[in-house]
Amino acid sequence: MGLAVKLRKQVNGFTLDIEWEIGNELAVVFGPSGSGKSMTLQLIAGLMQPDAGMISLGGKVFFDARRNISLPAQLRHIGYVFQDLALFPHMTIRENILYGAKGIEQSVREKRLFDMVSIFRLDGLEDKRPGEMSGGQKQRVALARALIRQPEVLLLDEPFSSLDTSLRADMRSFLKDVRKEFNLPVILVTHDIFEAVSLADRVIVYDEGKVSFAGKPHEVFNPQTMPECEFPLFFSYMFNRGFF
Amino acid sequence: MMDTPVFFSLCLSLQVALVATAFVMVVGVSVAYVLALKNFRGKEMLDMLFTLPLVLPPTVIGYYLIVLFGRNGLLGRYLYGLTGFSIMFTWYAAVLASFVVALPLMIKTTRAAIESIDKNLINASYTLGHSTMSTLFRIVLPLAKKGIMAGAVLSFARAMGEFGATLMIAGNIPGKTDTMPLAVYSSASSGDWSKANLMVLLFTLISGSFLYVANRLSKRFV
Repeated sequence: MGLAVKLRKQVNGFTLDIEWEIGNELAVVFGPSGSGKSMTLQLIAGLMQPDAGMISLGGKVFFDARRNISLPAQLRHIGYVFQDLALFPHMTIRENILYGAKGIEQSVREKRLFDMVSIFRLDGLEDKRPGEMSGGQKQRVALARALIRQPEVLLLDEPFSSLDTSLRADMRSFLKDVRKEFNLPVILVTHDIFEAVSLADRVIVYDEGKVSFAGKPHEVFNPQTMPECEFPLFFSYMFNRGFF
Repeated sequence: MMDTPVFFSLCLSLQVALVATAFVMVVGVSVAYVLALKNFRGKEMLDMLFTLPLVLPPTVIGYYLIVLFGRNGLLGRYLYGLTGFSIMFTWYAAVLASFVVALPLMIKTTRAAIESIDKNLINASYTLGHSTMSTLFRIVLPLAKKGIMAGAVLSFARAMGEFGATLMIAGNIPGKTDTMPLAVYSSASSGDWSKANLMVLLFTLISGSFLYVANRLSKRFV
């Protein structure tokens, strides 16, 4: 159950040309802003059309330029959490989450909503609107909305960038639990090296629209291969992984 | 109590403005949606065409409408040939005139409202499996509601006050096509000041209370 991506896309003088593959794991796409990370997610989700290449998830082909296949975003069955979360401001939390339950049978919907509310610790907030909630709560609503339909892959675009440091740590461990619970491949885009080190099963490093390095975190974030990887960070990675 | 011709003009004006606004809302929102969210060749041309009535003198618009919908007009001749009916000098013509002059106001305000919606909300709707139609009715229109309401109010006010184009294609037939603005003109030009005074006062009262209600409504819908 893996996601294979081979893409080329040119926009306003910027060229994205990448190729990578992940299995059922948490992959972090890491790189400076403007390196094409978010664009990759949009191309995978079908919100943008690649110029060339191929995208497939498991046996399902989302896009194949040669065979002229391009599945619309609605049919790709992807969970997508946007950087600004994109919660619908005119809907309550319940309505926001149920908006993601498209195609789920009426009899199962309420049960599924109940499950999502308890997994994402949203009890008692169902009738509030996004404007009345804290950053961490909104984050969890966005995840619940993206996951209620049980998608086959979850895309997260800098999901924790708006949270303060202590909340980020909470959300990171929460995200690991969520991945276990839903058992699906997750792609997380970030420019925060600490986030990459502490979350990733696999790291894909972007540089100006190309993949400059890919592998396990300890292979990528190694002071020998990446001089900017100083000792304290490496230490914290090892600590997080339970090496001490 | 109330003078019958005055009452007739008042009712006719309201009727024409209401019907025109209804059409303006349907057509205006559709056009605004396409202009705001789709990209195609000739889009700015289309926008210009729909905006033109805003800057043309109403008599010029009226002239164009005669050329198009007159009994021998480019489109009107087919309608007349098929049904023996011509829109000229009927209250439908007044609706058509009001529709054309009010449409740009609706398109402008609604397009601005739709363009100000965060594009990611629309994208999010697509990734959650919702079609373009479902996204339109559940995300785009509700979030553009304020702009649409404002556009409708402006259009209604513009339609109520329509004079030049209406005069050209509906004429100024007492008891048939003389809306309030036309009747005011007739009374003033024939020196019937008491009638003119009454109508001007009525018109001001109605338009004023209409604006008041619209302001109240737009506050409640924030």
